Amino acid sequence: MNGATGPGAALAAAGVTIRPAGPDDAVAGVTPRWVAFPETTREIAAVMRVSAAHDLAVVVAGAGTTLHWGRPPERCDMLIDTCRLNEILEHEAGDLVVRVQAGVPVETLAEALAAKRQELALDPPLEGGTVGGLLAAGLAGPRALRYGTARDLLIGITVVLADGTIAKAGGKVVKNVAGYDLGKLFTGSYGTLGVIADATFRLHPLPTARAWVVWPGAAPDEVLAVVPAVTASQAEPSAVELDRPAPDGPCAVAVLVEGAAAAERAQAVRDLLGEKARVADEPPRWWGRLPEPGHPGPGPSSEPGGRPGEGGVLVEIRTVPSRLPGLFAGALARTDAAVRGSLASAVLRVALPAETDPAAAAALVSALRAELADAGRVVVLSAPEPVARRVDTWGHVGGLALMRRIKDRFDPDRRMSPGRFVGGI
Amino acid sequence: MSDAVLDRLAVRFAELLPAGAVITDPVRLRTYECDGLTLHRAMPGIVVLPETAEQVAAVVRLCGEYDVPFVARGSGTGLSGGALPRTDGVLIVTSRMRRILEIDMPNRRAVVEPGVTNLAITEAVREQGYYYAPDPSSQQVCSIGGNVAENAGGAHCLKYGFTVNHILGLEIVTPDGEIVELSALDPGYDLLGAFVGSEGTLGIATKITVRLSRAPEAVTTLLAAFGSIEGGGAAVSAIIAAGIVPAAIEMMDALAVEAAEAAVGCAYPEGAGAVLIVELDGPRAEVEHQFTAVERICRETGAFEIRVAASTEERAAIWKGRKSAFAAVGRISPAYIVQDGVVPRTALPEVLAGIDRLQEEYGIRVANVFHAGDGNLHPLVLFDDAAPGEGERAATVSGRILDLCIEHGGSITGEHGVGVDKSRYMPKMFTEEDLDTMQLVRCAFDPRSLSNPGKVFPTPRLCGEVPGVRKGVHPLVESGRAEQF
Ligand SMILES: Cc1cc2nc3c(=O)[nH]c(=O)nc-3n(C[C@H](O)[C@H](O)[C@H](O)COP(=O)(O)OP(=O)(O)OC[C@H]3O[C@@H](n4cnc5c(N)ncnc54)[C@H](O)[C@@H]3O)c2cc1C
Ligand SMILES: Cc1cc2nc3c(=O)[nH]c(=O)nc-3n(C[C@H](O)[C@H](O)[C@H](O)COP(=O)(O)OP(=O)(O)OC[C@H]3O[C@@H](n4cnc5c(N)ncnc54)[C@H](O)[C@@H]3O)c2cc1C
Repeated sequence: MNGATGPGAALAAAGVTIRPAGPDDAVAGVTPRWVAFPETTREIAAVMRVSAAHDLAVVVAGAGTTLHWGRPPERCDMLIDTCRLNEILEHEAGDLVVRVQAGVPVETLAEALAAKRQELALDPPLEGGTVGGLLAAGLAGPRALRYGTARDLLIGITVVLADGTIAKAGGKVVKNVAGYDLGKLFTGSYGTLGVIADATFRLHPLPTARAWVVWPGAAPDEVLAVVPAVTASQAEPSAVELDRPAPDGPCAVAVLVEGAAAAERAQAVRDLLGEKARVADEPPRWWGRLPEPGHPGPGPSSEPGGRPGEGGVLVEIRTVPSRLPGLFAGALARTDAAVRGSLASAVLRVALPAETDPAAAAALVSALRAELADAGRVVVLSAPEPVARRVDTWGHVGGLALMRRIKDRFDPDRRMSPGRFVGGI
Repeated sequence: MSDAVLDRLAVRFAELLPAGAVITDPVRLRTYECDGLTLHRAMPGIVVLPETAEQVAAVVRLCGEYDVPFVARGSGTGLSGGALPRTDGVLIVTSRMRRILEIDMPNRRAVVEPGVTNLAITEAVREQGYYYAPDPSSQQVCSIGGNVAENAGGAHCLKYGFTVNHILGLEIVTPDGEIVELSALDPGYDLLGAFVGSEGTLGIATKITVRLSRAPEAVTTLLAAFGSIEGGGAAVSAIIAAGIVPAAIEMMDALAVEAAEAAVGCAYPEGAGAVLIVELDGPRAEVEHQFTAVERICRETGAFEIRVAASTEERAAIWKGRKSAFAAVGRISPAYIVQDGVVPRTALPEVLAGIDRLQEEYGIRVANVFHAGDGNLHPLVLFDDAAPGEGERAATVSGRILDLCIEHGGSITGEHGVGVDKSRYMPKMFTEEDLDTMQLVRCAFDPRSLSNPGKVFPTPRLCGEVPGVRKGVHPLVESGRAEQF
């Protein structure tokens, strides 16, 4: 540390727990100098003020499940670990609203809510991520079709800006149009605008029953031919998911229905999918997980755990349903990649094994982009450096000039996760 | 702004726009002097009626060149003075941008121009079994551009969400006159989400891609009459506690019912202290389950009469009283203020009791109409504008209702927006830091504050004054035409 006048001393004086960082704290290969453990929003602000005074670059870490996603930070001096921001601040069951600190694990929150027969209708990631990380990474899960994504369920947010300013937007009522919705900007911002301190969400009652209709093995074109009818069906599925472990083998489809009449509705979906489909009260094991490349089939994963996408290449495709058949017959047919995702909302994740030739990985990304053109986006969520060097991580970003102006206003000195985000933001 | 500048600007506009698209005649300008909040009026300097995004962009660029503010206007049904024109500025009206550009059924989306009415979208896809979900009561008239700007809601947003949850893409003209496409597919900051609800202060939407929703298999509408508002409130709480999310739960108190009866003869049960309308929709089997539960809950919480709509006509009859409620109070009062506040649902009883106390204290009647499911109140504050002092007392009551909402952790507006009407309440709900941070977004989009200035925020700092902002940014960088990264 920098002696009695350095940032470490300043933080210690402010009462914030801090320790020197080691190689294990590296963010995508960049090792910070300190790790701070704020417990309150004020303590986050203290860390940010000290960081501002000493021109320190700051990266925020939740559970670290996807911390290696995005580009490596250009520099990183201070890692803010949110694990001590772990309080559920307010859960008014009658209002179907919860306010939580950013470091609360999504699973812990889900347990607390389930005790009141409620849920945050974002599919809890399996790997122990935090509320703040879930917001900042802004990924969608299977049930986005019915409930939207994190940005749709977030109704209020408290953030701490690069200069230590504490600001909030929204509130704790579901319906509210007073002022700009800063929560939208911070959702999916990869920590580049500031630190999310706490978040308030709209909740849903836990459905009385759930049923999955699983069609274990079919060719992609067969699957895609029936999916539109399933999506549009009056059974109102909450999710329509696909798993394609490898290009030559079959893919599996699973459709979720939720509600008191789930059994009846599942039967209606099964009538559409055909006799090979069966109704189950548990999801298939691949449900809601990232694709596992090089995995032979829909049996149990050989290597559970591990950081998703780490080592390998993980790509996200966002498009419209009508483009899916073309993709599966085109670029996706010509790659070993494993594919999983939502057919109804047309969001797919594509994973290549770590040993994939970087040129081949880059070619896949280009081929996907060429095939979709304006009708979709292809984002490289995570890739080893040799691949990352060859591809444009983010691809086309509409409104990039405006995004840069936003960044410039929120973080004029570029100290928040610099370089990690679109256009080098 | 001197008249000379506006005169010159009008000439330049006439060169750019089709014949008849530039209005400077005072008699015609008067048509545009206010929106649905008629209390605030101002004659616009110039009105333009562009037909394309390029024309909007050209108008906006010229405004920039002459340093003249501009205000967008859709159908002018806004209830917070958001489209109140500037006497020293230009009003850009979207009424000639009314084409539905594309209906893409396989992908369940439609692309429309901003002047298209909300209902026109639903009408265009109804035969295919789809609709556009957000349904403000003004949907026959209000424009989708206005809905985007206000993040409009409607009775059914309890289950289906607001405008922002149904917008998949926008083409906007930024305050410096550039045309930018924002798509929900794009990585990066959610500019789409930030633009929706920004009340015309971040630019003008010129093309809007909306999600189309499948019309539900079954719809059941139930009307329950209670002796008191407390009974109705207890029913609402019990329905939510039972894990049911109806498509809509609306409540009206006795005075609102009396007004609706006088205006449209809705024939709601006599002697009701509160009328509750609950609409359930979705898969038939699901709706049947929920209906049984809701009916039981209403009886248990003391409903003395329950009616169930068995046909589309009967459903329309139930909704008629509710949908006409705002205008209806005109029948029982010479003048009224429509308020729009939100409280956490569990605070409803206390807040309603507080409103009762205000009525007594000020001798002003308040008719309550509300979206009970999400705690969004629309108190109608009644007064006689001919009686000395009554207007002021009504305004005080209306403001104190907002104070009540804030005290109970709610919001000063659930769907009508801040506009000019409520900007002074913003500091009661937000700290100076909160407002300064919101202002950063404004400065990123509109550093010169030309797009609908004076709305939403009370006397904002100039962009240069915001703490922490770097000085000496090159104007090209500022306008987004060059980058410094
Ligand atoms: C298998 C799998 C399935 C998933 N399914 C879903 C799903 O269905 N729905 C869903 O929403 N998500 C899903 N995710 C995404 C996952 O929820 C998030 O990526 C994860 O929760 C990140 O949490 P974390 O605490 O580990 O964040 P980290 O990995 O620590 O951080 C992720 C990013 O967020 C930033 N960050 C973290 N905390 C903050 C903060 N407080 N303020 C500002 N920036 C911050 C970091 O700097 C980093 O850029 C899934 C992920 C996996 C691996
Ligand atoms: C009887 C009645 C009932 C109502 N019921 C509801 C209701 O149930 N729910 C609800 O939410 N609202 C309701 N409203 C309010 C109003 O209808 C909505 O706010 C509506 O969205 C306004 O649309 P408009 O086209 O009339 O917009 P205007 O009033 O013309 O403008 C509203 C705001 O939008 C901006 N604007 C307009 N077009 C654009 C554009 N293309 N780009 C950028 N900014 C633009 C304007 O500058 C202004 O700030 C009601 C109003 C009335 C009169």
